[in-house]
Amino acid sequence: MPNPTGYSELDAFLPRLEAVPRLSVDQLATELIAVLGRKNGALTEALKSVPSLPLDQRKGYGAAVNQLKASFEAAFAARREVLDSERRGRESSGIDLTMPGRRRWVGAEHPVTRVVDEIVEIFRGLGFTVAVGPEVETEWYNFTALNFPADHPAMDMHDTLYVDAPPIAGEQGGRLLLRTHTSPVQIRAMLESPPPVRVIIPGLVYRNDPFDASHAPAFSQIEGLAVDEGISFVDLKATLAHFAHQFFSPITKVRFRPSFFPFTEPSAEMDVECQICHGSGCAACKGTGWMEILGCGMVHPAVFEHSGVDPERYTGWAFGMGPHRITMLRHGIPDIRLLYDGDMRFLEQFVPGGQRGGHPPTGGWAGGQG
Amino acid sequence: MNVSLRWLEDFLRRRLDVKDVTERLAMLGAPVDAVEPLHTGLGDVLIGLVEEVRPHPNADRLRVCLVNDGSAERRNVVCGAANVTAGRKYPFAPVGATLPDGLRIEKRKLRGEASEGMLCSARELGLGQDGDGIWELGTEATPGTRLLEALPLDDHRLVVDVGPNRPDLLGHKGIARELSASYGTPFRLPVIPGSPTIEVPPVRRVGNSTDVGGVRAAIEDLEGCPRFLAAVVKGVKVAPSPDWLARRLEAAGVRSINNIVDATNYVMLELNQPMHAYDIARLRGPGVVARRAREGETVITLDGVERKLTPGMTVIADDGGAIGVAGVMGGSATEVSAETVDLFLECAYFTPAGIRRTRRALGLSTEASYRFERGIDRWGGVEALRRCIEIIGATAGGELAGAPVDVGPGPSNPSRIFLRPARVTQVLGVELPWQALEGYLVAIGATVVSKPEDGRIAVEAPSWRPDLLREVDLIEEVARMHGYEKFPSKLRPFRPGLLPDAPVERATAEVRRGLARQGFFEVSPLPTGPADGSDSVRLLNPLSNADGYLRRRLLPGLVRLVEGNWAKHVADVRLFEIGTVFTAQAGGERPREERHLAAVLTGHREPPHWTGSGQDRFDVWDLKGLFEAAVALAIPQGAVQVEGSEWIARDSSGRTVGRAGPVAADAPPWAAPLFGFELLLDPAPRLPARFVTLPSTPSSERVLALLLGEGTTARQVEELLERIGGELLESILVESDYRGPELPPGRRSVAFRLTFRAADRTLRDPEIDAIEARMLTALATELDIQRRDAGGPRGGS
Repeated sequence: MPNPTGYSELDAFLPRLEAVPRLSVDQLATELIAVLGRKNGALTEALKSVPSLPLDQRKGYGAAVNQLKASFEAAFAARREVLDSERRGRESSGIDLTMPGRRRWVGAEHPVTRVVDEIVEIFRGLGFTVAVGPEVETEWYNFTALNFPADHPAMDMHDTLYVDAPPIAGEQGGRLLLRTHTSPVQIRAMLESPPPVRVIIPGLVYRNDPFDASHAPAFSQIEGLAVDEGISFVDLKATLAHFAHQFFSPITKVRFRPSFFPFTEPSAEMDVECQICHGSGCAACKGTGWMEILGCGMVHPAVFEHSGVDPERYTGWAFGMGPHRITMLRHGIPDIRLLYDGDMRFLEQFVPGGQRGGHPPTGGWAGGQG
Repeated sequence: MNVSLRWLEDFLRRRLDVKDVTERLAMLGAPVDAVEPLHTGLGDVLIGLVEEVRPHPNADRLRVCLVNDGSAERRNVVCGAANVTAGRKYPFAPVGATLPDGLRIEKRKLRGEASEGMLCSARELGLGQDGDGIWELGTEATPGTRLLEALPLDDHRLVVDVGPNRPDLLGHKGIARELSASYGTPFRLPVIPGSPTIEVPPVRRVGNSTDVGGVRAAIEDLEGCPRFLAAVVKGVKVAPSPDWLARRLEAAGVRSINNIVDATNYVMLELNQPMHAYDIARLRGPGVVARRAREGETVITLDGVERKLTPGMTVIADDGGAIGVAGVMGGSATEVSAETVDLFLECAYFTPAGIRRTRRALGLSTEASYRFERGIDRWGGVEALRRCIEIIGATAGGELAGAPVDVGPGPSNPSRIFLRPARVTQVLGVELPWQALEGYLVAIGATVVSKPEDGRIAVEAPSWRPDLLREVDLIEEVARMHGYEKFPSKLRPFRPGLLPDAPVERATAEVRRGLARQGFFEVSPLPTGPADGSDSVRLLNPLSNADGYLRRRLLPGLVRLVEGNWAKHVADVRLFEIGTVFTAQAGGERPREERHLAAVLTGHREPPHWTGSGQDRFDVWDLKGLFEAAVALAIPQGAVQVEGSEWIARDSSGRTVGRAGPVAADAPPWAAPLFGFELLLDPAPRLPARFVTLPSTPSSERVLALLLGEGTTARQVEELLERIGGELLESILVESDYRGPELPPGRRSVAFRLTFRAADRTLRDPEIDAIEARMLTALATELDIQRRDAGGPRGGS
């Protein structure tokens, strides 16, 4: 029971105040008017009577009425809140809100395409433009101009698919083949434009390899070439390390180690810290803590000579990498053939944001073992 | 290249940490693909001293031995080997030990006698083929010592990835040289246990033909074989190799055969010089010649296969014909056998291109051909031959018959390469003092002939480095020896390239995004397949006939992917591809390459939902809408038209560049219809969309339900309405197409919702009425079309 007011006619309101939390919706509306209504509300009347009281009673009684009014207002508000909440609950009780929402079909670019696009964007930011070239090439563009010695074991790294067509005549001709790398586009770019050349070259390349879990007879490659005066091995290292930090993470460790390609010298492989074990050694990196990501090197003077670029004046660097392999590493895809099969269940896993809502975003390698 | 860590240790005379060596080799350009610990399964095996041997009471073939295994007690061991002798040491596997083959030794009784362990043969320990008797050890180690500690068995095999430019790394010496430079410690050839038994006199240099130990050695094919060293060793005893030799070869992945063959293989693995030993007794006539094969000549090689030879090949021949394919494989007729007494040793340099031609023609690749093809050390033969003779002397005895000979025209002056320090700076980006350059060059075995007085250093490359031919080759060596890691990695200002972006790539990216937005998944199947028309481009050497041609269209490949999905009971398939297609050209032209876009769709139009929506399957109108959207993306100013019973796309010049329609496929009975389209992707630059002022005046709509006769198309009606409606006709929407018995025969009712708007004023009904009247008149006179009802609902917005 609320505290007595000290005025018997006001104390008569107290049971009604106490009953407010039990009022129904209709009762609440009626009681609100009956107590606080502007015209005939019981407390309103009591308040109206204050000025007519003797001066000495006026102050205490007025304060008591006002306090009682505030109590009623708070009680009515609280009761309304409770009733509203009950109403909302009743109204929704017929619908199961856990039923699935209506969706639309979503599509997606191929996961390899997204990797290629990301790589291209990083190099665009470094002043590179995109160049492309034919997939059927002559021996000259694919091998000779790139300083492959005729009939040399270096050719064994490139099991070549030849096209059944007469050889192309002329100095830049020879037998027709499916390019074994995107490097012929280097030659085309240099023949097309004087330095400075900065091109990034995505494309499909072909090898006479059986189709198995880790090899495909056609796969993507992405190549870069920078040629200008004053370009050195330092620029190669700096630019490619910058790329790795953009593509993987700013704290990813990189290392360069010697390698061999006929068209670059010095040649190097760039490794990045294994994105699965972060350097401690695991099955994915064969315990080395490193993953081979790209091959690179300073453009061989013989390549410049074939491309009409003065090798004494200009220097340059080039690199190449395999987006299919990088895609497999990034997403933890165990078999390259999945990237060719067009299986909807596979493709739906790579919708940005996830097709079924539960997929984590595919931002970095950290979540790659999915 | 399989490398034994122990072997390297013997070169460098120090212990090596396998992880550190792996790391250093990687940074030197010879990455280690795999590290295989050898004989780790022998940890339980001890040195056992047999103190007493007595016959088994119940079995003639068995003996009971008392074995001292270092513990206080003596072990009773039943042994079946005939060679067990008291006072000798053998590998002993005590009770509880596990052998490499997984056998666990337990205490048991053999014919009534208790046996507490096992004396082992080499084969039982996984250490070779010798299983005839138990393995007698000549070790000083006390009984009970672990076998791995007593013998150098705990080796590691490093599988080193050697590039085609570095033949010198195909021998342990070459790898040791690199590590020597890396560690800054000297290296030298390991000592041969037991040598020298034979004093090897200096090699005698002769012309192109000479006599050695009664055998004529000659070169007749100087192009294929410019150098041929030979020696004759008489009175050898062919036998199994001693342990050290067999272990060395096995660590490097080569099976031990006998002391002679193993000696030649040892030299190959150590010095990268393939050698061959001939049994003199089996030669026909006293001569061994390197010459071209004769037409129709054959030889049976060591693998027992008869090889047909051609005059392009270099062979080793005796007076009766070819006895080996030079540098590839010896012949079985003159092979060293257990009866061999006198040896002719061949140590030649064969020309790489010739070996490559021959091994490809024969389809026969061997350890020897692999090395010759990459180029061995042309002047390394003397050391190799001496080494081989020493090993034979130490392991098989015998006498050298005369000095070894060096047949051939002799050495020429090594060519000089000039290295400019300024060029080093230009290429590598850092300035290195010339003393450093000299130091690096010396470390790889080069000779620095002159100081850089004229701004360049004259260098003679070592003979084992055929890859060093020009200045840039030396710059790479400088960078390698300096260490790639030591070069700074500082991004510097650059000039952007002058070439513009390839337009086709920009167009492709836009189309890709557009189709993905339409709910399609991008795919990229293999671009090869079966023939697809007479102008398909054929491959000369495909992996299979099913992939014998380059694709002429994308659609067949996509259909195969749909069938693959159906095979996995996936019914809702929406795929697209952007890729290159190839068409053969007549007249010696290279095949034409074009970039195409194709898509296929089948199954539900939208995901089925529990409310009942999404039950419809794709139909031809979905196809048409998607085709129109794709054409808008792929072909600027392109248009979709009807041709016969399909839709085609035309470009701005009117050329047909795409088609859409139902697609035939090997479909399961439950599959929904399959539709597809394919079109050319126009690389022309896309123009940005131009803003059109948003309308500020109200529009008015009219619906015309029109009765179209047979052969009259909606498109004809639309063209007429557009013509008459002029600028005031903002849009036409086809609302329905109805056929029914209440219509006049041969007629269908098509409702067109027309939206009129004037940009500058509110259109009033009389003005629209007038246009509508003109439209109806024209429809009636030009297309014989009447209105179905008196007038449609009128409205405005």
